[in-house]
Amino acid sequence: MASTSTRAPVGLSSVTRDGIGASPRRPDGTLKVTGEFAYSSDMWMEDMLWGATLRSPHPHAEILGIDVSGALRLPGVYAVLTHEDVPGEKRYGLEYRDQPVLAFGKVRYKGEPVAIVAADHPETARRALERIKVDYRVLEPVSDARRAALDPDCPLVHEEGSLPLHEEHNQRGNRVRYQPIRTGAFADGASVEEVRALADVVVTGEYEVGMQDQAFLGPESGLAVPAEDGGVDLYIATQWLHVDQRQIAPCLGLPADKVRLTLAGVGGAFGAREDLSMQIHACMLALHTGKPVKFVYNREESFFGHVHRHPATMRYEHGAKRDGTLVYATMEIVLDGGAYASATPAVVGVASSLGIGPYEVPHVSVDAYGVYTTNPPCGAMRGFGAVQACFGYESQMDRLAAELGMDPVDLRIKNAVSQGSRIITGQEIDMPMPMAEMLRRAREMPLPPDRSSLPAPSDPRTLPGGVANTSHGEGIVRGIGYGVGLKNLCFSEGFDDYSTARVRLEVVGGEPAVTVHTAAAEVGQGLVTVKGQIARTELGVERVTILPSDTRVGSAGSSSASRQSYMTGGAVKTACEAVRERVFALVRERGLVEDGHPDALLSLSGGKVVSAAEGVLISLADLLGGEAIEETREYHHRPTQMLDPSRGQGSSHTQFGMCVHRAVVDVDVELGLVKVVALDAVQDVGKVMHPQQLAGQIQGASAQGLGLALMEEIQVHDGVIRNPSFTDYLIPTILDTPPMRIDVLEHPDPHAPYGLRGAGEPPTLSSTPAIVAAVRNATGRPLTHAPVRPEDIVGIDPPQG
Amino acid sequence: MRVSFEVNGHEVTADNVWPGESLLYVLRERLGLPGSKNACEQGECGSCTVYLDGVTVCSCLVAAGQAQGRAVRTVEGLAESGDLAERRLSPVQEAFVEAGAVQCGFCTPGLLVQTDDLIERTVGQGGGVPDEAEIREHLAGNLCRCTGYEKIIDAVRLAAERTAAQRDGGGPA
Ligand code: FES
Ligand code: FES
Repeated sequence: MASTSTRAPVGLSSVTRDGIGASPRRPDGTLKVTGEFAYSSDMWMEDMLWGATLRSPHPHAEILGIDVSGALRLPGVYAVLTHEDVPGEKRYGLEYRDQPVLAFGKVRYKGEPVAIVAADHPETARRALERIKVDYRVLEPVSDARRAALDPDCPLVHEEGSLPLHEEHNQRGNRVRYQPIRTGAFADGASVEEVRALADVVVTGEYEVGMQDQAFLGPESGLAVPAEDGGVDLYIATQWLHVDQRQIAPCLGLPADKVRLTLAGVGGAFGAREDLSMQIHACMLALHTGKPVKFVYNREESFFGHVHRHPATMRYEHGAKRDGTLVYATMEIVLDGGAYASATPAVVGVASSLGIGPYEVPHVSVDAYGVYTTNPPCGAMRGFGAVQACFGYESQMDRLAAELGMDPVDLRIKNAVSQGSRIITGQEIDMPMPMAEMLRRAREMPLPPDRSSLPAPSDPRTLPGGVANTSHGEGIVRGIGYGVGLKNLCFSEGFDDYSTARVRLEVVGGEPAVTVHTAAAEVGQGLVTVKGQIARTELGVERVTILPSDTRVGSAGSSSASRQSYMTGGAVKTACEAVRERVFALVRERGLVEDGHPDALLSLSGGKVVSAAEGVLISLADLLGGEAIEETREYHHRPTQMLDPSRGQGSSHTQFGMCVHRAVVDVDVELGLVKVVALDAVQDVGKVMHPQQLAGQIQGASAQGLGLALMEEIQVHDGVIRNPSFTDYLIPTILDTPPMRIDVLEHPDPHAPYGLRGAGEPPTLSSTPAIVAAVRNATGRPLTHAPVRPEDIVGIDPPQG
Repeated sequence: MRVSFEVNGHEVTADNVWPGESLLYVLRERLGLPGSKNACEQGECGSCTVYLDGVTVCSCLVAAGQAQGRAVRTVEGLAESGDLAERRLSPVQEAFVEAGAVQCGFCTPGLLVQTDDLIERTVGQGGGVPDEAEIREHLAGNLCRCTGYEKIIDAVRLAAERTAAQRDGGGPA
């Protein structure tokens, strides 16, 4: 494989700047700091209308009738549409097509869209909503996910026969997916009692993870513009343009090429933009009125407008020998998928396969359920099923360490996976996995100074409760905890989530210039920067333009699963290589090297073609003249397998990533307040593409894990969200977030481009259990619920609500 | 209703303003200044932070009518004026890009204004570069979901140091 060297070639003063491994500025950075970067909510057109959505006030109800006449009579209202106006398919969905564009027959969660309006002012649109009359017959909500999973008499959320069944997922009744895994003696039919006899020490635990919100800052929004050809152009903040297109077009009754999507500025995503929100609604109204229609959700609506992280209940049992060697583990996890499937099947696939984490355990039994309820739909959020499991298995490791009287880090090291280990699905970890080394490094990182050695130990800003002045240092106890998380990277279980890149090399104004075009969603992570770096490294050209992402080029797959540097990075690299080959062919054609001259001895650097032996052969400007070289390539990762539906075996994952966290907390044990003092991470990323952006990913992910550990939970009671606002749903502020030291390792994955490993998710896993472990360490409380609530710390029962 | 005020040094007038419209709405939807962001409309996130007569406010909480006759400065008014290609970013803007404090960037406009204010109150008043605790306290009303705030703190420090160096050295840092 030809590759550019990192040394300056003969005859060149320096290598190409701002390639991979450097930290060039984001190409969209200047626009983002001047306020000119156009987010989806900033789209504006002369004559555009404002869309608004009427949502169900009930979690579960039959729709007896909808009367829109009052709304239609309001001046300024251009259209009021219901399910009857959906031109094509009435349902869509990421994995199962079970979600109505607009509710018909029944509503299955509070907040489900029932009707949509377009008007000349957002306030007019909102008033029109109030004039739509919907007649409901309220039904009993199906709120208890465990009952939905296990009780055959539980009422059904989706009527029998109303959906095509997915046998491969053991879909039945309210079960969206049931995935068992059996290894060792469990695979041979042994009972837990029999296996338990093999262990000296047994610990059990029940854990819960609350419903977390992605809480991106830029709410759902977009602008649909009707086109002359009867199609529609949609400017949208999403994570995957082509999967949106694939779901929108059939519902509009249009061929895919009549539904053209362009990525508008995305204000964060974290999984919440994997599903559709207002896309089809905006297109329907635009096509109906013949005018551009813009939707912008406000924060409250945003809580109803996207899926959340699945709340989970977990039951674990671990057995070990006296020396700490794990013998067996059982896990049962119930993931509440809410009213529609969204990504639930895939989340179950991750939660089950990674259910006992990065540990060698000979006998394992896992039962993972993803279920329908009439709670808010849950789907993708950073960490995707692995976050919930990680809180469970890491809590268990600490419990086991305590039971054995062993150091929790030593226990983890003793049972750690490494390259060549097999996870419980039988899949080999065929890439470096230096978990033991990572744990040691985390333990050896310098600790923050003791409170007593602070210059002003009673400065409230350094204390739990902060400037609320709840303590001056009395009742404060420090704790330390560790967490390790194993995450699959890229899509799993047979998905071919390829990416496509088009790369063009030409001479502009006497200088070589590269254009990179993909459909990949820049959601803030910095993929735009990395695409440019790869082009510079591969083509030796500094001037790189990243075209806006749209559906005029092939799919890039989703900005999810930490996969874009790998997949779209891989596509850009491959397309660049194809361009480079054509440059070299041109060099040969021109007689600049002899015919048999191997490509491996040629490279591109500093805008020149360079031979290893002779130095600079020719500048790209002279070689190309007026000719442009353009190549489009798809990049596919290696194929993966479905888990078999009865024993959960199969090489389902593309790549594994790992992060280790050590958290240090100060806890006000009287008031139950926590201040995280330090949250340090060790992560192996295979290859650092952009050190600064990598740090941003690790720190951002760690902070989201902190949120889940200590504050973030959507409160749902009988299907009703009680806290849909930033006043009541708290995410970490700059005062809640500690300094975060990072130690990055680079053991390359031989299967991945540049050896890189997706980096955005693993820290979201490990940060939560590390912080909760630290709070346990400080308080001695069991703390089985994430987020930890003050009443859990002080030991009183939570208020019943 | 008609509302007239000054934005980034220019007199502006918005007509047909509804009584319930916020300053943020008028800036974004009526005056073509979408730089200030709406992430909560409840004063909880700081994405909409602007200067109103020199004081930073959440523009989502200010009724448009309250801005009548007053001076507003938004993120669009932080950089030196001039055409896009030539225009120089302010030290705060420059530092945010350079330090990697911008990911999705939705929080950025509000953070830039609030940081500008912090530097003005400290370095700008002849004081020293704010320490970490001061930075955290001053930015406590600005949520960022992407960065974990570490790079934001780096950026604030960098901008403050450069502004101080510029002040002390008399020239651009
Ligand atoms: S939009 Fe004004 S504070 Fe959030
Ligand atoms: S950069 Fe995305 S919210 Fe701050």
